[in-house]
Amino acid sequence: MIGWLKSIGRWIDVRIGFSETLLPMMRHPIPRAVDGPMGWWYVFGSASLTFLMLQIVTGIGLSLVYVPSAEEAYDTLLYLDYQHPFGWFLRALHYYAGSGMVVMVLVHMTQVFIHGAYKYPRELTWLVGVGLFACTLGMFFSGQILRWDPDAYWGLAVAGSMAGRVPGIGPQVVELLLGGPIIGAGSLSRFYALHVFVIPGALLTLVGLHLWLVLKCGISAPPVAGEPVNPATYDAAYHEELKRGVPFLGDAIMKDICFSALAVIVVVCVAAIMGPKGPSGPPDPIVSGANPRPEWPFLWIFALLALSPPSIETFIMLVLPVIVIVALMLVPLVSNRGERAPSKRPVAVLLVIVVYTALGVLTYQGVVAPWSPVMDAWTGDPVPVNLVKRSTPRELQGALVFQYKNCRNCHALDGIGGRRGPDLTTIGTRLTRNKMIDQVSNGTPGGGNMPAFGKQMTPDEMAMVVDFMVSLRPERQPPAGAPRDLVASGEQ
Amino acid sequence: MDTNSTAATPEHEKTPARRTFFRWITGAAGAVAAAMAGVPIVGYLVGLGKPKVFWVTMGKVADFPQYETRHVTFDNPLRQPWDGITSQTGVYVRNLGTDDPDGEAQFLVLAVNCAHLGCPVSWFPQSGLFMCPCHGGVYYSDGSRASGPPPRGLYHCVWRVSGDTLEIQAPHYPTLQDTLKDTA
Repeated sequence: MIGWLKSIGRWIDVRIGFSETLLPMMRHPIPRAVDGPMGWWYVFGSASLTFLMLQIVTGIGLSLVYVPSAEEAYDTLLYLDYQHPFGWFLRALHYYAGSGMVVMVLVHMTQVFIHGAYKYPRELTWLVGVGLFACTLGMFFSGQILRWDPDAYWGLAVAGSMAGRVPGIGPQVVELLLGGPIIGAGSLSRFYALHVFVIPGALLTLVGLHLWLVLKCGISAPPVAGEPVNPATYDAAYHEELKRGVPFLGDAIMKDICFSALAVIVVVCVAAIMGPKGPSGPPDPIVSGANPRPEWPFLWIFALLALSPPSIETFIMLVLPVIVIVALMLVPLVSNRGERAPSKRPVAVLLVIVVYTALGVLTYQGVVAPWSPVMDAWTGDPVPVNLVKRSTPRELQGALVFQYKNCRNCHALDGIGGRRGPDLTTIGTRLTRNKMIDQVSNGTPGGGNMPAFGKQMTPDEMAMVVDFMVSLRPERQPPAGAPRDLVASGEQ
Repeated sequence: MDTNSTAATPEHEKTPARRTFFRWITGAAGAVAAAMAGVPIVGYLVGLGKPKVFWVTMGKVADFPQYETRHVTFDNPLRQPWDGITSQTGVYVRNLGTDDPDGEAQFLVLAVNCAHLGCPVSWFPQSGLFMCPCHGGVYYSDGSRASGPPPRGLYHCVWRVSGDTLEIQAPHYPTLQDTLKDTA
C-alpha cells in the first residue's frame, strides 16, 4: 500500500518537479543563530500568514451563507449567528483571527524595524510588507462594512464625508465609493467586491512576492552590536554564514509552527468565549440614538479627528494616511546600512516607543470618547442630591434649567454626564457670576467647543442657571471672586 | 555559403522592415483591443451620472406648527429596489412662519447628516440645538454651526409648497462639495 502511494508520488514528482525545486527551497539554510532562543523573534510573520489562511477558510465559509444585499445581509447575519450550525463560531473566529492578523502584522513589522532586518538587501521585502500592512487594514475596514449594522452604515457615511473633502473631485470620489447617490445596496456591493476580490487579490499577490523575497534574500541573522551592514560586503559575509546554517525545514520551522498553533488556540478560545461581534442592529438610518464607533484599528484616527483643530482636519483625513504609508516605505530607502542592533539605534527604539505610546493614548481616548455628548444625560442622569441639599428655590429652579437645556449632555456633575466640557461640580469656586453669564451667553469665542446659549434661554432662565452654578462649590468655600478678607473670615 | 550570405544581405535588410511592420500592427491591435474593452469598463465603474430629481411629500403645510422642528422620515426615491431599510431617510423640517412678503410659509429643511463627517444629528427642542454623537458638533435651530468641529452648518434641502403640501427634493448623501442645493 505504502509502496504504491510512494510510486504515485514519484510519478507526480517526476512531472511536477517538487523535489527539484520546492523542497530545496523549503530546506534552504538559515543563519544558525535563528535556531537558538533568538529564533522566537522570527515567528510573527508566519503567525500573520497562519491567520491569513484561517481568514481565507472562515471567509469562504461565511460567503457560502452571507448575502451581500442591502436588503438581506442583516438577516443572513442573524441566521449565521442563531441558526446555522457553528455559524456564530465562524463569524466570531473571522473577526478575532482578523484582529489577530492586524496584531501579528504590527508585531512583525515592529520586530523587523527594531532589529534593522529591513536593511540591505531586504529593502524590497519591507516595501512589499508595507503594502501587506495597508491591505490588512483595508480588509478590516471593508469587513466591518459587511457587518451591515448601524456602525457599518455610519462608517460608510464617515468614509463618504472624508472622501468628499478631496479637492476638486470630491463628489466624484464619493460616488465612486458609495456606488450611488445614497448609502445603500450599491455601497454594500462595492465593499463586498473590495473585501472578497480586490483586496484579497492584491494581498495574495503581495504575500507571494514577500515570500519569494524572503527566500531570495534569506532571513536576516539576529543583529549583533558592532557588526554594521555594509552593502559592499554583506552578501559575501551572509553567504559564509549560511555555510554554517541550519535548514529552515527542520528545527527552525518548529518554533513557527509552535507559535502559530498557540496563536490559533488563543484566537479560537477568544472567539468561543466572546462570540460573534454584532450585528448591533438593523442598518436603519432613521433610528434615533445612533452612536457610531469605528473598529479598534481605527479608533486612534477617530480620536485624532476629535482632538485636532478643525483647520488641519482635512489634512489629517486625506494627507496623513499617505504620509504614514510613504514614511514607512522610506524607512529602508533612508537607512539601508549601518548598525542593526537596537542597542546601537536609540532613535529607532525611541521612535517605536513614541509611536506606540501615541497610538495607545489615542486609542484609549477613542474608546472613552470624552468629546462625544452623552445624548440622554439631561434626562437620564439626575442632579446629585448632595449638590442641591442646601439650595434656595431659585437655585433649584436653576438646576432644572441646567438639566432641561441639555447642559448635562456635555457637562458632568460629580463625574456623571457628558465630558465634552469641564465637570461643573465646583464651578462656583472657579468662575465669577459675570464670567459665567459671559460663558453661557456667548459660548466659546469663535464657535469653539461650547455653543452660545444667549438666545437659547430667557434672561430669567439664564439668571437662575447662573445662581445654581454659583452655588456649586464645597461647603464653607466662598464663590470665585469674593474679596480676600471675606475668604479669610469665611474660613474662621 | 559566401554566395548565399551575399545574396541574403538585401533579404536581411527587408526582414526587419516586415518584422517592424508586424510589430506595429501587433502593438496597434493591442492598443485598440485594450481601448475597446477598457473604455466601457471604466465608464461602467465611474459613470454613475447625476441622479434624477424626485420630489418627496413631507406632509400638509398645516401639520407643521410655526417655529417648531419636526423629524420627518420617508423612503428615498433615489433608492434601488433592493436597498432594504437603508433607503429610509430622515430630515428636520422647521416652519419659519409667514414672515416673507408673499405671505407663504417659509420652511427650513435640514439633512440629518453632520457637516463634519456625516453622523446623524439629534434635535433638542429644549435648548434649540442639534447635537452630533460622533465628535460633538452642535448647530442652532436654523442649522448654522454653533460649536465643535463642523466646517459649516447643516445641509439645506430644496423645498417647495405644492398646493397645501410641503415637498422636498429627494436628498442624496450630502458632502462638503456636493451640497443639496446643487441639484436644484
